[in-house]
Formats: sequence, structure tokens, C-alpha cells
Amino acid sequence: MPAPPSISVRDLVVRYGDVTAVDGLSFSVEPGEVVAVLGPNGAGKTSTVEVLEGYRRPAGGEVRVLGLDPVRQHRLLVPRIGVMLQEGGVYPGIRPLEVLRQFAALYEDPLDPGELLDRVGLGGAARRTWRQLSGGEQRRLSLALALVGRPEVAFLDEPTSGVDPGGRRVVRAVIDDLRAGGVTVLVTTHELDEAERVADRVLIVDRGRLVAAGTPAELREAAPVEEVRFAATGGLDVSGLAEAVGAPVEEVTPGEYRVAAAGTPAMVATITGWLAERDVVLHDLRAGRQRLEDVFLRLTDPGDSP
Amino acid sequence: MSRPARPVRAVAAQTRVELLLTLRRGESLLVTLGIPVLLLVFFSLVDVLPSDLDEPVDFLAPGILALAVMSTAMVSLGIATGFERQYGVLKRLGSTPLRRGHLLTAKGLAVLAVEVLQVAVLVPVAMVLGWRPGGSVPLAAAALLLATAAFAGLGMLMAGTLRAELTLALANGLFLVLLLLGGMVIPLTALPGALEALARLLPAAALAEAVGAALDTGAAPAGPWAVLGVWAVTTPAAAAALFRWE
Repeated sequence: MPAPPSISVRDLVVRYGDVTAVDGLSFSVEPGEVVAVLGPNGAGKTSTVEVLEGYRRPAGGEVRVLGLDPVRQHRLLVPRIGVMLQEGGVYPGIRPLEVLRQFAALYEDPLDPGELLDRVGLGGAARRTWRQLSGGEQRRLSLALALVGRPEVAFLDEPTSGVDPGGRRVVRAVIDDLRAGGVTVLVTTHELDEAERVADRVLIVDRGRLVAAGTPAELREAAPVEEVRFAATGGLDVSGLAEAVGAPVEEVTPGEYRVAAAGTPAMVATITGWLAERDVVLHDLRAGRQRLEDVFLRLTDPGDSP
Repeated sequence: MSRPARPVRAVAAQTRVELLLTLRRGESLLVTLGIPVLLLVFFSLVDVLPSDLDEPVDFLAPGILALAVMSTAMVSLGIATGFERQYGVLKRLGSTPLRRGHLLTAKGLAVLAVEVLQVAVLVPVAMVLGWRPGGSVPLAAAALLLATAAFAGLGMLMAGTLRAELTLALANGLFLVLLLLGGMVIPLTALPGALEALARLLPAAALAEAVGAALDTGAAPAGPWAVLGVWAVTTPAAAAALFRWE
């Protein structure tokens, strides 16, 4: 018999007055899975996570975390989850080790606060208070606070938002450790790159609805398109190229071109031949395979946002 | 499976943090220790109070103890909690095993610890200035405890319903008003009649009078004690009913 899911969400609806933030969302997360909820700002990611954390009652639908109702069985659930809020949550005047010790004292068998602080790369910030930490350092301390109680499920709301590249590597490494330790992780992010790097599975959410779900590779394959993309010098003669290949060509962004045709070897040869005649250096070429970003942008079309 | 710590450990850790942060806030120490000591010394040495008082310090010391309780339980607690709410600290604690009752217990213990510190500083200063307390210390302590509940209720009521900046302004404003109408540095009898009647219904004057009587003759005048009792029940109840954690 398969293990029950760590997180299950069925037909979730969250409303703020007249505004519907989450509109019939359903998904589940298996034990030990790292799942990213990806969507533009205002897609309903934080609202969903806050229902799972027990902060708000849904207007409709049913959610379970570790088989428990997050609101009615809050007391049973909180020792077993770790929460990283999108912002704030810490006394401005407290130092990292002080707040980690405070949180550690709330759990029977916590991680060692000093080791955890080193793990998130804040070992050198011991003398500074929360308000003296940079935004990225605050995110990493929040991450440590979410993990100090050895949670079975960790909810990380925008863990890399405002974090510099070095800090991002630390956050990714910590999430990899959680995966290795069998912890279920739900990450929200509006950054594709981040979702693709950290998650086993990505849920794309837009305007409160699930628009696609799968591994990054599945998402790319699920939406195949007949196109070849390449990058080269900007300002090429697209109509000339279109004539040569017998298919429409557009310069999507300066230096980024899209040929609306299947990426057959003959097509690729024609394109590269045309470029060779003009001595144009090719920077990048992709045929028959989209980047996750292309999928994301098409699914969450910002053009028809309200 | 992850489990919560024993409540005693959680409350002790939370109390330690509450105290640590209180003692780290300079403006909080100014209100809880600086101002009471300053007022006590100034009005004991400078002859501006009504001349019918033999020893100004005998009148002032109980009032300043009342002021000290007000500053800690209402001003310091209210402002700190208001900002904790605004910064999402209370929200974040809401998804840990720390229960609300434990958090409130910790806040209460931290308030009492600061009050003990205040008494330990103010009483020797007053005695150096010539104060000779008599009467009943347990009765005075009971009045201070009852007032702690009343003022903490007021502080938490503001913290849980208003924006932090507004709580900051209002708590400080109320502190000043209750200082002037509290029979702490200005005897109630020096106030105009209507104002005096109003002042007698406020918790500050009731506390100052109850502590003054307790430490003078050991008496427990019914009026002030009744006023204190009503405030001590109603403000925590109102705070409990209206407090918004987010």
C-alpha cells in the first residue's frame, strides 16, 4: 500500500472579501518529495501555503498535512512542520543564535543551533541583530528557524527572494540535504530557474488555478511546439531568412530568433547555412525542446492579466 | 516524529527572550526606571508640591511604585507586543509548538521580573530620601499585582487592535495622562472637582491610593480596591476578546 501523501489539497478556495485568491486548487505532495509552487506574484501561492500552515481557513475545499487538518488539529501539527514566512517573523533586536535557541527550546529534539547557524552561512553574523542583517541573511536565518525543530514537512515561502548568488547556493544545498533526509518540502517561488534547480516536481499556478504540473522535463515535453530558436547578432534580416527556410521567422527579443517550423536536421542545416553565408556567429540553438521559461510564459500569459 | 518541548522549558526560554529584549531596549528602560527615579528624586528635593505634606517622599514613594507598574505592564509590554505583531513575530510563533497561553505566561513573568527590579531600585532610593514605609507589604504587593493585570490588559488591548505606531503614541500619551491624574506626583485633592472624580475611577489613582494606604497604616480602602478589581478583570477580558494575532 502506498504511503498517504504528506500534503493533500482538494478544490481549495481562498477569498479575501470579493477577491478570490485561490480558485479550486488541487494537488498532493508525496513523502520526501521536494515540490515547487511556481507562479507570478499574486497567483495565490502564499495564500495556499498559509492555509496549509493553519493560518487561514479556506472558503472551500479540504486540505490535509500529514493527515491532519491544519486549523482544527493545529496543536498536533505544529511540532511536525517547519515554516518560513515570506517576510519578517523575527524580533528586530534579537541576534541569530538567541532566536535560534529560543525556537530550539520549543521542540523536544531540536538541531544544534550553533551548527545550524553555520550550515546556513551565518556563523559570522553572531553579533549582529536581525535588523542589522541584510535581506538575504534574514532569509537564511528564517530558513534555519524553519528547520531547527527537525520538521517532517517544511514550507518555504520564497526562500531565495532577495538572496545573493552565494546565499542561493546555500539555500539549494540545504534543500538538497532535506531531500536526502526524507523531509517533504513545499517551496514557493516566482523564479523559474529556482524552481527547476531545487524541485523534483513543479506546480505552475496562475490566478489561483493549477495550470500545469510535472517534473521540469515533463513540463517541457508536455507542450511541444514546432519551432527552432537561436541566438545570434541582433538585427538580422528576418524576412530574408524566412524566405530561405520557407517558414515565418521573428526576432523575439534583440538577438533571439524563433523559426516557426519543426526542428528537422534539414531545417537546422538550412538555418545554419544561411547564417554561414553571412558570417554570423551562432550563440545558441535549440530545436524541438523548450525551456521551462517558454512553457511558463505561455501558461501564465501576462498579456491578459486583469 | 517531532514533538514539542515540555511546557516548562518552552516558557522559560520564551521568558528569557522577553526579558533579554526588554533590557536591551534603551527607551524601555528610560520609561520603566529612568523616569520613575527622576520624578521621585526631583519632587522629593524640589519644593513644588502642596505645602501641607510633611514629607513629600511619603506621598511620592507609593505613587512612584504605582507609576513603575504602569510603565512596565502597560507602556513597555504594549509597545513591544504591538511591534511584535506588526513584524510578524506573533504570527511566526503561531506555527511553532509555543502555545498562546505559554507566550502570555512568559510575558507576564517577564513583566513581574522587571517590576521586581524596579522595586529593588526605587525603594532604596526613596529610603535614602527619607521614606519610612510601614503598614502591610503583602497588601501593597497585592495591589501592585492587581494593577499589573489591569495595565497589562490595557497594553495588550492596544497592541492587539491598533497599528504599532499608534500603540506607541497612545501608550505614552496614556502614561502621561495617568501620571497627572493618578495621584502620583500631584495629589488628587489638588485637582478640580470633576477631574478629581474622574481620576478616582481610573486605575492609576486607585493603585496609588491603595499602595499609599497599605504602606502607611496597612489599611485597604474599599473604593480604590474596588476600582482596581474592576479594571483588573475587564481589560484582560477585553484584550482576550479583541486581540488580533495578525
